[in-house]
Amino acid sequence: MNSAVDVAEKWDIDAIRAQFPTLNREVHGQPLIYLDTAASAQRPLAVIDAITDFYRNHNANVHRGVHSLSQEATELWENARTTMRDFIGASSCKEIIFTRGMTEGVNLVAQSFIRPRVGPGDKILITAMEHHSNIVPWQLVCEQTGAELVVAPVNQRGEVDLDGFSQMLDERVKILAMMHVSNALGTINPVAEMTRMAKAAGIPVLIDGAQASPHIQVDVQAIGCDFYCVSGHKMYGPTGIGVLYGREQLLEAMPPYHGGGEMIRTVSFEKSTWNDLPSKFEAGTPNIAGGIGLGAAATFIQQIGVENISRHEADLLSYGTQRSLEIDGLNIIGTAADKTGVMSFTIERVHPHDIGTIINHAGVAIRTGHHCAMPILKQFGVAGTARASLGMYNTRQELDVLVEAIVKACKMLR
Amino acid sequence: MSIDSAQQDIVDTFEFFDDWMDRYQYLIDLGKQLPELAPEDMLADNLVSGCQSQVWLLASGDKSKLCFRANSDAAIVSGLIALLLQIYSNRSATEILDSKPWFVDKIGLSEHLSPTRANGLASMLTTIKQHAVLASQ
Repeated sequence: MNSAVDVAEKWDIDAIRAQFPTLNREVHGQPLIYLDTAASAQRPLAVIDAITDFYRNHNANVHRGVHSLSQEATELWENARTTMRDFIGASSCKEIIFTRGMTEGVNLVAQSFIRPRVGPGDKILITAMEHHSNIVPWQLVCEQTGAELVVAPVNQRGEVDLDGFSQMLDERVKILAMMHVSNALGTINPVAEMTRMAKAAGIPVLIDGAQASPHIQVDVQAIGCDFYCVSGHKMYGPTGIGVLYGREQLLEAMPPYHGGGEMIRTVSFEKSTWNDLPSKFEAGTPNIAGGIGLGAAATFIQQIGVENISRHEADLLSYGTQRSLEIDGLNIIGTAADKTGVMSFTIERVHPHDIGTIINHAGVAIRTGHHCAMPILKQFGVAGTARASLGMYNTRQELDVLVEAIVKACKMLR
Repeated sequence: MSIDSAQQDIVDTFEFFDDWMDRYQYLIDLGKQLPELAPEDMLADNLVSGCQSQVWLLASGDKSKLCFRANSDAAIVSGLIALLLQIYSNRSATEILDSKPWFVDKIGLSEHLSPTRANGLASMLTTIKQHAVLASQ
């Protein structure tokens, strides 16, 4: 088998596809065409093998034992942390907290960082395009503290209105929480610029990077944000694992989020004391195999080269967008100048659910519905869309099949 | 005609079709023939929860004879509604509650029936049975 490095040098799409076993299967007798990577990416052999190797050869609890297996497990787990530190450009492993996913990262920051810092009259600023997981944790804090959730406007192309945004940056805003890339629209937000604007007003910044890390370069120090969250399964890694990056100084000052084993230094019935970073935020036995699998996913992306992936997906997006506009009555939702490989669309007189159901029988997997971003779809005047989302393994030929399948479905439905 | 024979009729019809596209086309066409609901029927109270598309379902009558009217904004789901109305509308509550929806397996729709499926056939069946329970109290 070609190594991932060889593959990247030539951009050998067949060799890349060969790394993903699921892509060999058929659905309803047709070759699977997987266009739902924004919901969850497929897993390469490197990830599957890393998980299997852990369970077959090294399985033990981490940070606990003097015995060899426990030490091996700890080394694999901590190596994964180092890999993730480098992957997102953090400066220290103390800043890399393993979580269950991006959602837990946001909840952790909402409860441990923001909740003690806000009260009535304070504001939490998000954008109108956020995923529910970057809305609801803040609503909970608002209910708990009397703070107010305020929303920066998004224009009809699906881009943050930077003028409107800048006018909302005042001293009562205690955090800006925004997505790097929109799952529903594909928009790449100018997070470095928005972070600069927020920091100039003294506002801490959290970024939901779930849809960015598999597709574009992430460098938390270049962005200048205080917190950055990713999910393993969006970036070709396992489910139930993710990473929260936090600036060390802020994490040090924050109280623990969950209590339990591993996060303590001493425990007595009178008072317990907390462990150092990052353990302070990792209560209980973690998802060890998941973390190791996530490290393998990040290494895989680095070997292929995230800039190669971006270039391939940009070519597909441009081709797919152009081809999909041949479909009568198709309307693309989200036409930002800077986009990742997300084609969200509605078709006149055809319900997205019908499209998704019928093209599934042609082997084509897309997502239909509100994509956990009901507010932004409401702004566009739709309850749901059909969404084809791209990964490194997709091809122009697959997009041809998508378009043909949609045309056929529309004929049946109209 | 009993609920079982109505189900058998549907199974017989579906046996004519060779492939999935024809079955879907039949469902879509059935859905298009469903009488439209009046705007005053399409209220949040009449929405069946658990469907990705919007499904409104209304019951009238009493336990001796329950009538259902329903529609959806999605075509395939409207076709599924048409099948359910053929089977369950104008039946007694007892007859509805005693019946099993075995037609689903026989026409190859079982992949749609799991409670996690987004089209909500299972939710619609539950709602119909709930109306029958209410009517018999």
